[in-house]
Amino acid sequence: MKEIIREMICIVCPNGCRLTVDDSGEIGGYQCERGLGYARDETVNPTRVLTSTVRVIGGVHRRCPVKTDRPVPKGLLMKAMERVNAVELTAPVECGQIILGNLLGTESNLVTTREIGRAKEIISEAQAP
Amino acid sequence: MYDLIVVGGGPAGLAAARAAAEEGLQKILIAERDGEPGGILNQCIHNGFGLHYFKEELTGPEYALRFVRMIQKTQVEMKLDTMVLDVRPDLTVSMIGRAEGYQVHEARSVVLAMGCRERTRGALAIPGARPAGILTAGTAQRYVNVEGYMVGRRVVILGSGDIGLIMARRMTLEGAKVLACVEIMPYSGGLARNIAQCLHDNDIPLYLSHTLVDIRGRDRVEGVTAAKVDDLKNPVPGTEFTLDCDTILLSVGLIPENELTRKAGISMDERTRGAYVFDNMETTTPGIFACGNVVHVHDLVDYVTLEGERAGRAAAAYVNGGCGSADARTIALRADGDVSYTVPQYLRLSGEDAGSVPVFFRVRRNIVEGTVVVRDGDEKVAAFTRKHMSPGEMERIALPLRLLGRVRAGELSITVEKVAS
Repeated sequence: MKEIIREMICIVCPNGCRLTVDDSGEIGGYQCERGLGYARDETVNPTRVLTSTVRVIGGVHRRCPVKTDRPVPKGLLMKAMERVNAVELTAPVECGQIILGNLLGTESNLVTTREIGRAKEIISEAQAP
Repeated sequence: MYDLIVVGGGPAGLAAARAAAEEGLQKILIAERDGEPGGILNQCIHNGFGLHYFKEELTGPEYALRFVRMIQKTQVEMKLDTMVLDVRPDLTVSMIGRAEGYQVHEARSVVLAMGCRERTRGALAIPGARPAGILTAGTAQRYVNVEGYMVGRRVVILGSGDIGLIMARRMTLEGAKVLACVEIMPYSGGLARNIAQCLHDNDIPLYLSHTLVDIRGRDRVEGVTAAKVDDLKNPVPGTEFTLDCDTILLSVGLIPENELTRKAGISMDERTRGAYVFDNMETTTPGIFACGNVVHVHDLVDYVTLEGERAGRAAAAYVNGGCGSADARTIALRADGDVSYTVPQYLRLSGEDAGSVPVFFRVRRNIVEGTVVVRDGDEKVAAFTRKHMSPGEMERIALPLRLLGRVRAGELSITVEKVAS
């Protein structure tokens, strides 16, 4: 009789399938290939897409959202945040701009996820704290 | 005179306007009170949006931008910084905006897409002091992600809705310590994947069947006392423990924003806190449609988009004179047992319907191996099995319209039954 040694919730999509790994390494509970892949990766090398924001100078907003264009190892997330926090962009910003290439040697790039227009003076004054 | 006025430029409103434009409506206006379109998506910088609709994983701003670009290719007019004040049953809409001041516009149809807002501390009656540092999770999300202010260093999250879970991860990434997520119900109000990737990933404890019984601090939050609750949600003496935090984020539910709907005299469903709608998203007032979180709170923007498109297409059909035929038969959907509501609440059948109609609902408790059963009187007309259902996750069934043609009673009952093992 095989024993379930680990249970996890699949985060690939909002279905949130309940995945199991038994002591022979066999994976159950998935409903798609991506879920199976997630369970394999999660047992060997868990990865996550990092999303955060970076500073923007002269924009209609003070922050621009960013993401890694592929998942990075979970253990590197906090270290990646140090790099993210050092970035400073100047408006205008396009969506999809690569702002850090090959983040921490992971072959993942940090890219912007929205446009930030240049602030007209009146707007920037109104928004300044 | 506009063919269609859409109230709200979030995902629901953008989808409705675009669908109506595709159906050939010429004069469409979106009134959006914020300075930019996209609604709440702009502050939801995390990924996981669009898996159903675009078949890829996008962040909130990326999802919004796709629709904004699609809208820009149409003739749809958008008034930003413009708030709708009144929607009247005769389809006149009054609004006020920065650029044009007070305006009254006539429309041939209206789509309500105002979204929802968060429940606040005032709605909860949490005892304790009233210092600074108590925010709703969505307010904190706006501060951190858009405006660039860090809201605290040691955080307790009350409630386990999705925004609270997402903010638990976000605050951790930004260097804060999230001490706990405290949920009064015996289950989480958020998606299972968010429990996994936001709480489990960051070793944040989730206290189910717990609540806050005290908040301390004069100028700023200095700490909270949490306690276990019994089956009646009363705190159990002797189970209290304290957490030293400077910030409390509330993630305790969302309320559809329906002041305009009520003022227009549209019939409201007290379970969803949204308007009663037919399968084409029309409200009980002819020509006024509703979609998205203003109808019922969704988990996924993808379904908001699809609902918006249905409303937009139906508004176009209404304007073109092809909807709500007088001889259509109305069937009410009745939520029974563990099903807490359905959207739509009514179906209108014209007799020659093909395809299926999506019916959304939530269950009242966690159910493993359940069957969703649709009954016409005593007769079972459809059944859908589900491995797992929980109150935090919206369920969806597709009712085949050809089955409905045979319905004898004026209503169909929808319940959940346990699969016999």
